[in-house]
Amino acid sequence: MEPVLTRYIREPNSYTLAFFLKHEGYEGLRKALAMAPTDVIETVKTSGLRGRGGAGFPTGMKWQFVLTDTPLPKYICCNADESEPGTFKDHLLMERNPHLMFEGCLIGCWAIGAKVAYIYIRGEFFHVQEILEAELAKAYAQGYVGKNILGTGFDCDIVIHRGAGAYEAGEETALIESLEGKRAQPRIKPPFPAVAGLYNCPSAVNNVETLCNLPSIFINGPQWFAGLGPEKNGGPKLFCVSGHVKKPGVFEATMHTTLRELIFEHAGGMRDGRHIKAVIPGGSSVPMLLPHELDIPASFDAVAKAGSMLGSAGIIVMDDTTCMVWAARNLLHFYKHESCGKCTPCREGCDWLYKVLTRIEAGEGELRDIDLLVSVGNNIVGKTLCAFGDAAATPALTTVKHFRPEFEAHVSEGRCTVPADWRATGMPVAAH
Amino acid sequence: MSFHPLMAYDRARFQKSERKIADEGPPFVFTPERRAKLDDILTKYPPDKKRSAVLAALYLVQEQVGYVTAGGMRHVAGILDLAPAEVEDVATYYVMFFKEPVGKHVVQVCRTLSCALMGAERVTETLSEKLGIKVGETDASGTFTLLEFECLGACDRAPVIMVNNAQWYECVRPEDVGRLVDDLTASKRDPAFSGCHLKVEA
Ligand SMILES: Cc1cc2nc3c(=O)[nH]c(=O)nc-3n(C[C@H](O)[C@H](O)[C@H](O)COP(=O)(O)O)c2cc1C
Ligand code: SF4
Ligand code: FES
Repeated sequence: MEPVLTRYIREPNSYTLAFFLKHEGYEGLRKALAMAPTDVIETVKTSGLRGRGGAGFPTGMKWQFVLTDTPLPKYICCNADESEPGTFKDHLLMERNPHLMFEGCLIGCWAIGAKVAYIYIRGEFFHVQEILEAELAKAYAQGYVGKNILGTGFDCDIVIHRGAGAYEAGEETALIESLEGKRAQPRIKPPFPAVAGLYNCPSAVNNVETLCNLPSIFINGPQWFAGLGPEKNGGPKLFCVSGHVKKPGVFEATMHTTLRELIFEHAGGMRDGRHIKAVIPGGSSVPMLLPHELDIPASFDAVAKAGSMLGSAGIIVMDDTTCMVWAARNLLHFYKHESCGKCTPCREGCDWLYKVLTRIEAGEGELRDIDLLVSVGNNIVGKTLCAFGDAAATPALTTVKHFRPEFEAHVSEGRCTVPADWRATGMPVAAH
Repeated sequence: MSFHPLMAYDRARFQKSERKIADEGPPFVFTPERRAKLDDILTKYPPDKKRSAVLAALYLVQEQVGYVTAGGMRHVAGILDLAPAEVEDVATYYVMFFKEPVGKHVVQVCRTLSCALMGAERVTETLSEKLGIKVGETDASGTFTLLEFECLGACDRAPVIMVNNAQWYECVRPEDVGRLVDDLTASKRDPAFSGCHLKVEA
């Protein structure tokens, strides 16, 4: 497939406004502004575009839910928080093609009747933010953002808002809280952001890649977009492959492409003499797949059918040198660290899962600790305010499910049975 | 005091709050340039939503003092019409704000799965040896602080190191660590380490 989103990223000046304008830049916006907002939403619905942030929710529908008969202002919040372990596509898009995101934000604002788009970028992406700010200033100066855009009388501002290091700020209501200058802790839904979002006004939170797909829908038509992938999984998709592969990176393909093709063709396959042990197909929050489950299209629906989720399309590949107890412990450290602490099962449960995993990994666990993991995990799933809780329990639950003998070996041998040369030399000290 | 005759709920044993009292720091007012910058940022939010600028204001405090002080938080609270506790509430939540003095170079190594699979643990170990400090510590001369960080969103360039919340070093191997530390000490910047996404590959 001819890349759409990443076609020019290897060109040295691909991020500049001048380059963008030479390659159909802001043409999609021009077409969208010539349509009524309701027709813009209809077009996006026809294209079947689904959110690229994790849940795969249809974007057109999300916009349709945004309240219109209200005097309150409306907002687009662009989710550039990209913190899901294994995901780095928005990073590349913003660094190499920032105007595409601006154009998408403006189309979104036109569709829902917003006059401001806030781009919430994670604090760590400061080098990206500098590029965004410089390019945004150029877009303002040349009339693509600001007052009377493209001479159509449409006014719209774009504001870049820097976060400060919190994974949970990626959850849409937590992102809104953080934008309002509070702790990034989710709100109870309903009301959904479409009714009461930023500053309690109707808002839509959209991922960077989602917004970047909009211009091409208006340039090439919604049927073209829908036809690019399997039914209900249309359009180009960015896949991030990392971990034990020869050539990690971001790859653009349609969702017909199988996970195996992504790993072995796009990402160059496994390192010499090694084979796959497990693959996380959609960022650390989703269940692992085993080597024999990789011949499925990397689409929202096919991966869900296989018992996992496409999520943010962050594919993490682990080879046979990886200890699964170690991997689960590594991820639980992440979740314990990032839990926002608002609900007890998640806040306490993550901590306990980490402690028990540390104990097993250090060879100080007992057999009943393995069942304890399952029990603690199951007491988090479905009992929390946001999807973080389910995500956090997943690494522990799926590793035990697929690799229980490895856990048992740690207990019976009193040590890690799969120590790899790329790991720390010392064993973890068990937390008591 | 005890609520139950058999349980001694005495303060010392049962109310061990882990809350640290924020460091007062030197007397704080924004420099005129930073104040102007904050006033400019405030124009980007609705006039009655000044609180939205609290993260930006805290970054400016950190830029001025090196970390976020109680004095700085009170000053920010005054400007944004918040209670000092509301500012502290925010400052203590986000990991990119340092709540105590840190070294000149804060070296933050990504420790999450993709980086760990590519040897981040060894990188941290080597750094720790080379600098003579453990994770979370600052060396005696106040030059280096070593921290672990969670996924930085560049997992294809694993392992990733960020310095002072801004400067990135990617694809770092344990054997590169010495060179990285020497570069930082000499305030040099080896382009070989960084900006991999920006650098256009053949
Ligand atoms: C814990 C958690 C973290 C999330 N992190 C991100 C993120 O970093 N980036 C993102 O785009 N979406 C993230 N999401 C998904 C958002 O809540 C939301 O669904 C998404 O931004 C909607 O955009 P989309 O419809 O364009 O996908 C996260 C969700 C949860 C529950
Ligand atoms: S599930 Fe975890 S992250 Fe989500 S609201 Fe509850 S405590 Fe916070
Ligand atoms: S795991 Fe280190 S950058 Fe993602």
